[in-house]
Amino acid sequence: MTRQILVFLVRRLGMTVLLLLALSLLVYGLMFLAPGDIARNLLGTRNATPQALDQVRAQYHLDKPFLWQYTHWLSHALTGDFGTSIRTGAPVGRMMRERLGLTAAVSGLAFLLSVLAAVPAGVVAALHRGEWLDRALVGWSVVGISAPGFAVGLILLYVFAVGLGWFPVYGTGSGFLDSLWHLVLPAVTLALGLGAFVVKLTRAAVARELDEDYVVFARSRGLGRARVLGIVLRNAAVPVLTSLALMVGYLFGGTLLAEVTFALPGLGALLEQSVLFKDFPVVQALTVVVAVLISLTALLADLAYLTVDPRIRNRMAR
Amino acid sequence: MRTTRSRGPLAPALSALLLVAAALCAAAGTLIAPHALDQNLYTGVVGAGVDGHLLGTDQLGRDILQLSVAGARSALVGPVLVACGSMLLGAWLGMIAGYHGGVLDALVGRYTDLVLALPAVLLAVVVAGLLGGGYWVTVAVLTVLFSPSDVRLVRAAVLEQTTRPYIDSARLLGIRPGRIMIRHILPNIVPTVVANVLLNVAFALVALSSLSYLGLGAPPGAPDWGRQLADGRDLLGDNPLASIVPGVLIILTATAVNLLGDWVFERLDRTVAVR
Repeated sequence: MTRQILVFLVRRLGMTVLLLLALSLLVYGLMFLAPGDIARNLLGTRNATPQALDQVRAQYHLDKPFLWQYTHWLSHALTGDFGTSIRTGAPVGRMMRERLGLTAAVSGLAFLLSVLAAVPAGVVAALHRGEWLDRALVGWSVVGISAPGFAVGLILLYVFAVGLGWFPVYGTGSGFLDSLWHLVLPAVTLALGLGAFVVKLTRAAVARELDEDYVVFARSRGLGRARVLGIVLRNAAVPVLTSLALMVGYLFGGTLLAEVTFALPGLGALLEQSVLFKDFPVVQALTVVVAVLISLTALLADLAYLTVDPRIRNRMAR
Repeated sequence: MRTTRSRGPLAPALSALLLVAAALCAAAGTLIAPHALDQNLYTGVVGAGVDGHLLGTDQLGRDILQLSVAGARSALVGPVLVACGSMLLGAWLGMIAGYHGGVLDALVGRYTDLVLALPAVLLAVVVAGLLGGGYWVTVAVLTVLFSPSDVRLVRAAVLEQTTRPYIDSARLLGIRPGRIMIRHILPNIVPTVVANVLLNVAFALVALSSLSYLGLGAPPGAPDWGRQLADGRDLLGDNPLASIVPGVLIILTATAVNLLGDWVFERLDRTVAVR
């Protein structure tokens, strides 16, 4: 049976690698699809003399065929060398590392907040299906899913930072507690959207388990409510846990808007600036790195599914 | 969303009312708000109620109320086009993949994997940004990025239909695959597809306004809710309504579309169950 899992893992890994290669090729190709002369775009705001253009073409190997350029970029990227930014002239790898901490902090905090609040809320909603509490939670989750992060962020910013003055308006702050304080509003913004998904998900998973025959059986045998709920929650945890891992992708999309709204210098804000400036090396590197992170978590989620649920393991072995 | 059923048609009715109002604003924007783009750089930003501006003005002296009414057009037209376009693209690819299977199915499957490898908004920012942005470029990019959900939906529905006897008999009668797909399979999957279009409109509205907010959608100066939010971000102290009003409008409209979509989905569920 372990062999089956190994085969599955190898095939899954191979697919992921192919997918990442295709994606990186696609984004690399966009550089050539972008309007205007690539050399001019790469020069940025510098003076476009013929010598400067020739120099840029030589520096970025634009005189070579497309596939040669791509493999050249790829071989360097695999060793962690993503080239230099057009906008700042700094190595792309270092720029990303410097900003990773902030994005990780905001996303981590948002993830924690949404899970701590939304999983219990989803369970409560499922237990009280059809009652006013359930309706309120479901209604709120529809609003949460519909509301874009920047709109929520600006409203929170106005109410709690400008109006009430409880939180700072912009920036990152200094020192641990102050920094954390600066991250609360962006994290809450993200957590509201994420939490709405988690409520919906948890509610559906718990509700599905509650409708199973074993719940009726356990109750008819006289098991207490708490015992039955314990069994239900354990079974409902599997789909919830694996879906939580897939939320990582959603977090990356959301953190971009939150960082821009709250003027936080994270990876999302870096992507926004680089895209607007047509800073190709940074955009290329960020896209691939984020895609790698997302596919890795998806892979881990699949593995977690296999380890947690023996039924799926057996189904695969058959 | 099983409970919205017991809530009765109040929520969907209110949603429909709101959307009709928004659609009216989108259709007759210049009649309702003839002075939406009138600038007054001399007075600049003023708060609510000053000089007959019920909701104040932005930094260019434009009336927030009229600007928001005029913004309904770009908030609705783009997302509807994205949802319908991705539905057409998705239905076409999904039918081919589901009906023929084999290599075509595998190719379409890899296409959806590729597009779903990154969150749509993130990929849209990268692609639309590098292609130079602009409202229509962004609409086209989002159409492609939204198609995988339609592809999967249609493909699953087609797979479910093709095993049924009526398709077998149609095939035995020698009807061409294209005709079977359009005349026989398509009518059976239309309800599912239509419900998904509504839900996609809500997601497209959020995505498109996000891109406009980042400066990759509507051009500068155009009436657009996402852009209003970006412009109003710096005016939170002088006239907070400049960003709060379009923000609330985006949230309300997207929620209304979602509620309506959920309602249609449920009705569909019920008719399927009855059948």
